[in-house]
Amino acid sequence: MGPVAFSETFERIWTMAISREEVRHVARLARLELSEDELARFGGQLDAILEAVGKVGELDLSGVEPTAHPLDLVNVWSDDEPRGSLSVAEVLANAPDSEDTFFRVPPA
Amino acid sequence: MSWQPVIGLEIHIHLKTRTKMFCRCELAYGLDANTRTCPICLGHPGTLPVPNARAIEWTIKLGLALGCEIADRAIFHRKNYFYPDLPKGYQISQYDEPLCRHGRLLVPGPEVDAEVGIVRAHLEEDAAKNVHVGGAAGRIHGAGRTLVDFNRGGTPLVEIVTRPDLHSADEARRFLQLLRQTVVELGISDAEMEKGSLRFDVNVSVRPAGSDELRTRTELKNMNSFAFAARGIQREVDRQIGIYEAGGEVEQETLHFDPDHELAPPLRSKEEAQDYRYFPEPDLVPLAPPRQLVERLRKEIPEPPGARIRRFESQYGLRFYDAEVLNGSVALAELYERVVSAGVDAKAASNVLMNEFARTGVEPGAVDAVELAKVIEARARIPRDRFNEALAGSGDPGFDAERYLGDGLVVETSELEPLVERVLAANEKEVAAYRAGKRGLLGFFVGQVMRETGGNADARVVNELLRTKLDA
Amino acid sequence: MIDTLRLTAEEAAALLERRELSAAELHAAYLDAIRARDGELHAYLRTVDEPDADGVPVALKDLICTRGVETTAGSRILAGYVPPYDATVATRCRAARLSFLGKTNMDEFAMGSSTENSGFGPTRNPWDPDRVPGGSSGGSAAAVAAGLAPWALGSDTGGSIKQPAALCGVVGLRPTYGTVSRYGIVAFASSLDQIGPIAKTVRDCALLYRIIAGRDPCDTTTVDLPESVELPETEHLRGLRVGVPRELNEAEGIEPGVTEAVNRAVELARELGADVSECELPRSVEYGLSCYYLIAPAEASSNLARYDGVRYGLRSETNGDTRAMYERTRHDGFGDEPKRRIMLGAYALSAGYYEAFYGQAQKVRTLIRREHDALFERFDVLLSPTSPTVAFRLGERTENPLAMYLSDVLTIPSNLAGLPGLSIPCGLSEGLPVGLQLIGRQFAENALFRVGHALERALAFGYVPSRLRDGGAV
Repeated sequence: MGPVAFSETFERIWTMAISREEVRHVARLARLELSEDELARFGGQLDAILEAVGKVGELDLSGVEPTAHPLDLVNVWSDDEPRGSLSVAEVLANAPDSEDTFFRVPPA
Repeated sequence: MSWQPVIGLEIHIHLKTRTKMFCRCELAYGLDANTRTCPICLGHPGTLPVPNARAIEWTIKLGLALGCEIADRAIFHRKNYFYPDLPKGYQISQYDEPLCRHGRLLVPGPEVDAEVGIVRAHLEEDAAKNVHVGGAAGRIHGAGRTLVDFNRGGTPLVEIVTRPDLHSADEARRFLQLLRQTVVELGISDAEMEKGSLRFDVNVSVRPAGSDELRTRTELKNMNSFAFAARGIQREVDRQIGIYEAGGEVEQETLHFDPDHELAPPLRSKEEAQDYRYFPEPDLVPLAPPRQLVERLRKEIPEPPGARIRRFESQYGLRFYDAEVLNGSVALAELYERVVSAGVDAKAASNVLMNEFARTGVEPGAVDAVELAKVIEARARIPRDRFNEALAGSGDPGFDAERYLGDGLVVETSELEPLVERVLAANEKEVAAYRAGKRGLLGFFVGQVMRETGGNADARVVNELLRTKLDA
Repeated sequence: MIDTLRLTAEEAAALLERRELSAAELHAAYLDAIRARDGELHAYLRTVDEPDADGVPVALKDLICTRGVETTAGSRILAGYVPPYDATVATRCRAARLSFLGKTNMDEFAMGSSTENSGFGPTRNPWDPDRVPGGSSGGSAAAVAAGLAPWALGSDTGGSIKQPAALCGVVGLRPTYGTVSRYGIVAFASSLDQIGPIAKTVRDCALLYRIIAGRDPCDTTTVDLPESVELPETEHLRGLRVGVPRELNEAEGIEPGVTEAVNRAVELARELGADVSECELPRSVEYGLSCYYLIAPAEASSNLARYDGVRYGLRSETNGDTRAMYERTRHDGFGDEPKRRIMLGAYALSAGYYEAFYGQAQKVRTLIRREHDALFERFDVLLSPTSPTVAFRLGERTENPLAMYLSDVLTIPSNLAGLPGLSIPCGLSEGLPVGLQLIGRQFAENALFRVGHALERALAFGYVPSRLRDGGAV
């Protein structure tokens, strides 16, 4: 994609309104059950927020490195030495439902 | 019109580190559910991952063994999706900056070698295990409930993706065997399909021979053995060719094989559009493998099994299939080389190791090659039974070839003559047939005489005697 | 009589040291104060009735996991969750023999600027119970201001320590990203979350920061402090270069009373010997908020995916499959603000939008870092208001998420840059506290303590809320 097409695509994304279908899609992606009323209410709010955050699109940032982290650390890891696990009682203490030593959930 | 299969593989291998990828729970198979779990691998609120240094080293090592470039900078990403076996709602994986990329694995073949491109090898955490119960036969469909065991969750997992460089089911099988052997010989994985420590998916498409187009591919999942995979691939290749030849189009779909019902037709599912919302894992910092570490690991890489097969062909004048069998394990290959360097003829050594020795089930790594070489050298002089006995004992501690050689064999013609007479007299019909031209019966007479001696006769002497008497 | 309204943690420690007071008596005094005043304020979600250590008590924001003590992050989805482990900061507090007074109220998952988003009811401002204490660490700030804890830990993602400290008239430190472990902190936005102290004085903040700071092997994003924490002593600011970024001091929406109080503090800094001059942070302030409201929700959408009713917390029963259970549980368990941010974040990360939203925001973050780095070549500390306004009325901004988001417009830029910030009270406007924000370079907490301490002395702010001044002792 050339730079022109690229920025046009972004331009469209930054300025377009979020459709009811997209709100529904995002809610599904995030596993949130929403009523029609909630969809309408959140849809309006998301639209306003997206319009505001679309402001990041005003800047030409080609060539700027993204910051994933405020600190420039690398290679932090730990030795492969066991440090113990929880007891089964502790593991299941918070479980809404269990069977034997398994967590139990409705069928997939 | 002839067709060329185009096959790519995606392989997942558990690393056999002591602890999990991002927590220090011990790895263990076959324990009670959830007995090797902690707040981190259960995805409790507030927990953070800490990478396992050994898993990173081993992934680099595997990358080097696969001829990959090791990235100067690699990062972990989050792959977001919901499933009960995924405690955080995302899997920590690698995305566009994996540890290893652009490698290749040489897969020697009987006619042509395949050089299979490795797109990438990256490190991630495995999901936990769901058990679907309560429905018909415990199958997913109709299951009444799902039980979740997080013991496996967080096991270090290397994902290897190949280019679609494989062009037959057999080549794919051979690639998988070589790859499995490579990781086993590196000592980084058991790579056992039964334990789930090696899993793979296959992409299959076909194209007119000679073309370089890439047509719609299907994905084959859940195959439980290399042989099964080869059959599944062949079946899928044939199916696709059938479709094209009938003027149809192959549809992109995933075929799930039921490992328990190999012959059942695979379950089909349309590709569901996934949106994993990958983004850099903010709880982890980048990896920048130090050059000294990479160079140290490079020195630890043993000769790759594919290269070893090639070398056996050229150095020992072996046929491809023999070289392949002898390289089925590094221990067998090493034993072979030591036996040959102890003076045994290369062909003879390969015959014995692949046949009589292989049948004994003796662990090649336990064998003293010098003693075994003596046994193989004497194979023509000693009775079959005794030879096999010697091979069977060759892995025992303190095995001494001398016990099985030379002494105790009946070699005196005077002692053997009466036995030969007796055998010929008892088998008049066979003697007549032999004299009428059925020369193949000689072996039968030899066998009879050997049985009379309890296997303690020198076969060459018996042969000679019999021939003298029969041809007289 | 222990006057918890006035007693600082440092003084309390001295009383314990001299055995003029037992830890049990001290703990009990705070519990008495809580009984007397927290019915109205609701700073605490739960208290710990028996001290489990012999030091000064501390209150913990309810997103700090405490082994055996319910931890909810202000969310109904975590109601009843009892962590099987301690957060590293909790472990460090225990090691320093601080006893836990209780868990303080907060906006659900730290998402909010008023503590009205708590799933368990709002906290009220000790200066005026009709007003919010700020947020999300509103419970911790209100507890310290109302003498319900000598000090407390809060967390700050976009301003959640600094802003409530400002609105409640107490001192709050948001440390340099990476100096305090996040292990055991219920995550909101991982690349921004930091734990920090809220106290009555700068010295108390420094003392508590000294206890909690330092590299933690359980959090790979932490580092050791390059220099040890020094308790500030000096009362002058000679040799100090102070920058006053125009955009942070003249932003739209800053109340005149706030500007007035901050200007007085800046003038005071000059009188104390600092070399004060104006400077600029043009893009950080203009683009900070939009950058933040892409990055934080994106990370949050992923961090909050684990609340699925499988292993802990709420599960809503359905007759359907796992997916139906997930969707119902998350619908019932999350309040509106987490739902909004989860959807916003999922949208910003979804296929086709990543580069335009999340990717672009990460680049803006680079610009913001650079802009701050450049300023810190010329200045040691930057000054501005912490919040554009004093404490606002309950309900005033709940219907308009964007208006609520603007509460953090002045704290967000330096947070995105990973820099430390201190908020100290610098006066009153309409009878309510005004916070002064001090921003330092990475790891320059000692400089912030020094400046904050000197200004604190010179300002002589009365941190006891005026309406409580007569009834302090219990």
